[in-house]
Amino acid sequence: MIKHEIFETKTLVLLLGIVVTVAIGGLVEIVPLFTIGETIEKVEGVRPYSPLELAGRNIYMREGCYVCHSQQVRPFRDEVERYGHYSLAAESIYDHPFQWGSKRTGPDLARVGGKYSNDWHVVHMTNPREVVPDSIMPGYPHLATTTLRMDNVADHLKTLTIVGVPYDEAMIENAAADLAAQATPDADLSGFEARYPKAVVGDLDGNRGQVTELDALIAYLQILGRMVDFTTYRPEYANAGGQ
Amino acid sequence: MIATTAPAPVYNERVVKLFVIATIFWGVAAFAAGVYIALQLAFPMLNLDLPWTTFGRLRPLHTSAAIFAFGGNALLGTSFYIVQRTCRAPLFGGRGLADFVFWGYQLFIVLAATGYLLGITEAREYAEPEWYVDLWLTIVWVAYLIIFAGTLMTRRESHIYVANWFFLAFIVTVAVLHLGNNMSVPVSFLGTKSYAVFSGVQDAMLQWWYGHNAVGFFLTAGFLGMMYYFVPKQANRPIYSYRLSIVHFWSLIFLYIWAGPHHLHYTALPDWAQTLGMTFSIMLWMPSWGGMINGLMTLSGAWDKLRTDPVLRFLVVSVGFYGMSTFEGPVMSIRAVNSLSHFTDWTIGHVHSGALGWNAMVTFGAVYFLVPALWKRERMYSLKLISWHFWLATIGIVLYITAMWISGIMQGLMWRAYDQFGFLQYSFVETVAAMHPYYLIRAAGGLLFLLGSLILVYNVWRTIQGDVKQETALPTAPAAGRA
Repeated sequence: MIKHEIFETKTLVLLLGIVVTVAIGGLVEIVPLFTIGETIEKVEGVRPYSPLELAGRNIYMREGCYVCHSQQVRPFRDEVERYGHYSLAAESIYDHPFQWGSKRTGPDLARVGGKYSNDWHVVHMTNPREVVPDSIMPGYPHLATTTLRMDNVADHLKTLTIVGVPYDEAMIENAAADLAAQATPDADLSGFEARYPKAVVGDLDGNRGQVTELDALIAYLQILGRMVDFTTYRPEYANAGGQ
Repeated sequence: MIATTAPAPVYNERVVKLFVIATIFWGVAAFAAGVYIALQLAFPMLNLDLPWTTFGRLRPLHTSAAIFAFGGNALLGTSFYIVQRTCRAPLFGGRGLADFVFWGYQLFIVLAATGYLLGITEAREYAEPEWYVDLWLTIVWVAYLIIFAGTLMTRRESHIYVANWFFLAFIVTVAVLHLGNNMSVPVSFLGTKSYAVFSGVQDAMLQWWYGHNAVGFFLTAGFLGMMYYFVPKQANRPIYSYRLSIVHFWSLIFLYIWAGPHHLHYTALPDWAQTLGMTFSIMLWMPSWGGMINGLMTLSGAWDKLRTDPVLRFLVVSVGFYGMSTFEGPVMSIRAVNSLSHFTDWTIGHVHSGALGWNAMVTFGAVYFLVPALWKRERMYSLKLISWHFWLATIGIVLYITAMWISGIMQGLMWRAYDQFGFLQYSFVETVAAMHPYYLIRAAGGLLFLLGSLILVYNVWRTIQGDVKQETALPTAPAAGRA
């Protein structure tokens, strides 16, 4: 029988003992997620974010939206009725990092896309209490007046390809043009709409002259939860219980 | 290896003093930031609608200041104090390396904090700093490990004291977690932005493997190291059970690592991982209470000291809160309970009963122990002020966590309430409006806690000045029924 004394007298043995002990749980829980195929079921419709949506997502992270808003609908009757279909693993497959959140000081945003008009978002982001009197959300009036700065947007897409997001050459080549086109009324969108189906386009923030941070954020919010078409989505087990 | 004739080693107390001062400074900053953001939730105009002052940017500032600046400095400082004394050896690496760890760690805090205010963040809870700050912390942390392990190796005691096992587990595991969870690819080496290597489900699992074990190893194992030194010292009693400390040490560090997925119940994380997380979280109750019992029972035969020694009161109450939150945690990790508690203020209350009740209270006890010891004073300037601090802090915590229990459970129930026609009874914003009174109570509790910490600042300042307040003996309850 091993005497515990060896851990109390040999520093390196103690250190090694600790490393082995703490490694087991993490390895058992994390490694299979990368190797078991069923971790993420393939779902049609999920695509990488458009450059403008990506810029909006970066603003979402920058402002710490995740500290008050979750992006994960749980499979409960009340949540499905309040927010929509429960979240699928595939829907955050291109989220580096994930933004599921851990607190709902405000409502879940996993399916906020399409729920409100662009105009509503413009007013709400400038002063939330104008449209929701009891809201405790901060106002972000500066987003509407700050020009979106993302000169190296192609580099962002390239970096994301390194971590596995399937941006193709056309997407990277056209990144800067796509960024501007999505928020510019009457822009030539040939190619863009094929690259990024369902993206909301046009003058999103009501300010025709410039592409602002608010344009980007609205583009991101409006695509959230809309990539998968749930009128056609049928998980294999969904029919087992009858509907 | 009995050092009979060896001269008494010269300990590096200078760096410990620096850490004590930094602990107090960042503590007050963290509590003040907490009170401010608590008020923002009650009065949204306090967000000022400026980019740098919104809740979304200040909340990571508050959590990082509390955990990494206040808690981190407390851990580094006490571990340096304890490892020298329990090894009877000065810090390995000399004064220069210790100073590097101190100033390097403060630089990490400043880099992280300024980043949050400017919106530079990886947006991963409790691991928000961007890639360049992560790299810097890695360098500082390796230096810390070298000092700590080096001191253990050059010790003049035959055995490594229990507190040091916990500190070593804390240092090593936090290093592993930090490296594992912060893997990201910078867009450019001249820019601040990076993208996480993993995404979605796998990223969520990694993040909460990290997140829960930041609790398990930063806020638990490290602080248990503090408990294992300061409680026996202040009570002047040996540890209750040596065997229990061995059993609870290994079981605690083994089980904790598995508990992360309980943060992801009912999400897209596969069920088997959620179930493992829940199961191990419940098992974790036992080693946690093993630690609590070992700490509390150390007072066997010395319980009367609680009436006269306010420092011991801090330490004992902290262990009590530790026991309470390590019971509440396993309860909340059960799926059915979690379906109600998750995403609500109940979690916030739970975190604060741990962070304020356990981490901050044991740190205050350690500070009140260390300041007279380090600055060679007979005692703290005023024991009465310690008592005032104790009661303000305790009442503050109780207000905080009860308000969060009520608001959390209420909000969880309102979200799932249906009316007689089968429709959802409340809109989301109605549940927000219902929180208002509890947000006020929470802010009041936080304010009391902050006030208490300011009393600590004053008391420490006067003690360092060399002042001693002449006080009548503390009023004590009559020792009814005790022989």
